[in-house]
Order: sequence, then C-alpha cells, then structure tokens
Amino acid sequence: MSDTYYDPKDLGKFSKISEFGPDLSKKFFDYYGEVFKDGALSAREKSLIALAVSHAVQCPYCIDAYTTDGLEKGINEKQMMEAVHVAAAIRGGASLVHGVQMMNKVKKLSM
Amino acid sequence: MIQSLKARKSDLANSDIQVKQLNTFSDRISALEPFTRKMKKVGLFPLKPTQLEIFQINVGKMCNQTCKHCHVDAGPDRKEIMTRETMEKILNILKSSSAHTVDLTGGAPEMNKNFRWFVEQLSLFKKNIIVRCNLTIIMANKSYNDLPEFYKKHNIHIVSSLPYYEKGKTDSQRGDGVFQDSIEALKKLNAAGYGKPDTGLKLDLVYNPSGAFLPGSQIGLEKDFKAELMRLFGIEFNQLFAITNMPISRYLDYLIQTDNYEAYMEKLVNAFNPTAAKGVMCRNTISIGWDGFIYDCDFNQMLDMKVASPDHMHLDNYNEQNLQQRSVILNQHCYGCTAGQGSSCGGTTS
Repeated sequence: MSDTYYDPKDLGKFSKISEFGPDLSKKFFDYYGEVFKDGALSAREKSLIALAVSHAVQCPYCIDAYTTDGLEKGINEKQMMEAVHVAAAIRGGASLVHGVQMMNKVKKLSM
Repeated sequence: MIQSLKARKSDLANSDIQVKQLNTFSDRISALEPFTRKMKKVGLFPLKPTQLEIFQINVGKMCNQTCKHCHVDAGPDRKEIMTRETMEKILNILKSSSAHTVDLTGGAPEMNKNFRWFVEQLSLFKKNIIVRCNLTIIMANKSYNDLPEFYKKHNIHIVSSLPYYEKGKTDSQRGDGVFQDSIEALKKLNAAGYGKPDTGLKLDLVYNPSGAFLPGSQIGLEKDFKAELMRLFGIEFNQLFAITNMPISRYLDYLIQTDNYEAYMEKLVNAFNPTAAKGVMCRNTISIGWDGFIYDCDFNQMLDMKVASPDHMHLDNYNEQNLQQRSVILNQHCYGCTAGQGSSCGGTTS
C-alpha cells in the first residue's frame, strides 16, 4: 500500500473496484460508457465538461484522465483552460452568491 | 533544428538497442505481455499476410525536417538514399506484382534526385501512387515550388502530416516554422485542385499526437480539422488519418527522455484491440528499404527486421509467391498498430 492517499497508479486500477462488488460495478461502468458516447452532445464536448467537473470536485484521478482524454480528442490548452475557468467561476460564484444570504441575515438582525 | 539520433551518436540510433529497450528497459517494461502471446490469444499468431495490395518504398532517409517523433530518424544529415539502379529493379518487379498501390515515403521522398523520374515511370503502370509529402518541401526552394503541378500531372495521391491546425502543437513536433510553410504548401495544393470536390485529386492529412498520448476518434478529429482549417485558412482536404506514434527511434527517445515511456507502453498494451490487430497493414503491404532490402512494414524496416523469408530478403531475390507464405515479424513495438482503433499508414484499422 502506498504511503500517500493518492497514487497515480491507482487510476489504472479503477476497473478493479469490481473485486468487492461486481454487480454494481458493472452497472456503473456500463452507465459510464454510455454517458460519454456521442449523443446530443459530442464526445469532445462531454470530455470538456468532464474536465471542468473534475476541477470542481477536485479529483486528481479525473483531472489526469480527462486531460489525457482531451489531448487525445484534439482539445487544445486554451480550450482546456477555459473549461477550468468555467469550473472556477462556478465554484467562486457558488461561494459569493451565499453573500446574499449573509446580507439578508445582517439586514434582518440590524437596525 | 535538432539533429538525427545518428548524428548525435545516440545509443538509440542502433536498432538492436531499440529492440532491447522495447523488451527489457525496466521491470515495468519487462512485465508487459509479449505481443506474440497477445496475438496468439486472438488466433493471429503466427501472423500471415493477406493479399498483397501495397508496395511501400522508402526512397531515402534524407529530409529537410527533423521531427521529434520520426520513426525513420530522418533529417538533412542522413545520406542513405535509393539509387536509380534499385528503382529500376522495383519497376521490373511491379510489372508483374499484384499490388495495386505504390506508396512512396522517406525522409522527404522528393529529395531523392531520381524521384521525378521514378514517379514518371511508375505512373505508366496505372497503379495508385501515393507520395508522403511533408508539405514544407514544396516551400523549401524554387526547384520544389512546382511539385503540386507535377503531382497533378501524374494524378498522385498526396498524404501529408499536419499534427494540428495551430502553430504551437505543429512546430513543437515538426520544428520551428513548419506550420506556416505547411499552410502555404496546402494553399498551393488546393490551388492546383488537390482536396477540392470533383477534381479527383486526393489530399489526405495525417494526424500524429504531439506528445505522449494516443490519437482519439479519427472521425472526430477530421471534423475539427476540416472546420478549423477552413475557418482559419480557407484550406480543404479529403480525409484525415489518425496515426499512433510508434515507440521506436526518435519517438522512443522522446518517451524515455520525458519519463513517459513505461506509461505509454502500458497504455498501448491495455488498449490492444483484436479487430485492429486483424487489419494491421503489414498483412497487405511489402516495405522496401533504400538499399533494396524487404520488410513487413516501415517500422520493422527502421528496426532492421528483414522479412522472415531467408531466400527473398532483397529485391535481387524477389519472389512474391514465396514472400506471401512468410510469417510477419512481430515485437513489442507492434502494440502501436493494434491500440484503440488501430493504426496504419492509412489511418485507423477497425
């Protein structure tokens, strides 16, 4: 076992989670595979969304996987960084918009 | 411009050392399943040829570029070049060969002084003729500026590398200034009718990843390339071939230098696709080296793995019927052709 919580090699072992529960694992990976196929959104667009979400949920495995996936799909650095800024804007905005709640409370409690 | 591995006196200029690195570079590399065993599991070992369709001829290692991923280790400092005498032997063989396509590659094939004569002679056979043109050669000096018209005259099918529709990724792989010259060359080819609808003049582009990753969907990449090259430069082309970088020669050197080699090989092995394996190009192709030796493919040629047909390893002893009985020589680099959607000189294979 690694001395750190995150080990890059673990990404390659993702499919092995089936070892402790094959039925749910199979359902998940089948679903996962379907989600990322070309549909109303292209696989390329879905890859960019996945990259942004990876940053929002701060998952190092996902960032590793979807940076590589983006390169493979011909997505360039500028496009990837814009996707990361979308994640950052939503995360930042999510904090900031709660400022309204703070303001409401302040106004309620103040003379 | 970088130098070839040979000019740098790199160990990897030696094909035996490359094969050693492919098999025993480290514990992680040694632990990879042998390609032959993988092929046996899917009923493809020994790998036998199908009908011979393509005669691929490497007319020399001389090139005006030194791309970082080049499997030939080509460059301006390489002097190995096919002689007219060897070309005459090929012409003689092609008179009775079943191959319907002749595929000329290099280096920059146009830098062989007998290139135009050879093309003129080949065009008399009424076979499809492909020239793997690196584009920048058209802009290299005045003597090459008329190449689009020459190609058009002989109805040559042009296949050219362009790793991306922007400067950064192109120049980082192929050298400073390559993108700009490539765009100018593509405009000249378009002006001659190449890549345009209804002209019959085929201009296909080759996409190789600019780094240690695999190519994605050929269809998706082609869509992006077509849209962006038209939007940015008004350029048209026919098809995009997505080709996996082969872990040999300068690309192997790049992988090792950047500490990406083991992960790249593991990715290739994990992405093994039996359908792609069935359609590998070495089954319908013969590859001829600048000195007349015969190989299963251009990659085996660069690893100096001659065909496993001891009496027919050179054009001097060419016997198509006997060559078709051979088994294709396989090694760990072959995973590059069987990963994902597969990879060949004509793009994906599955």
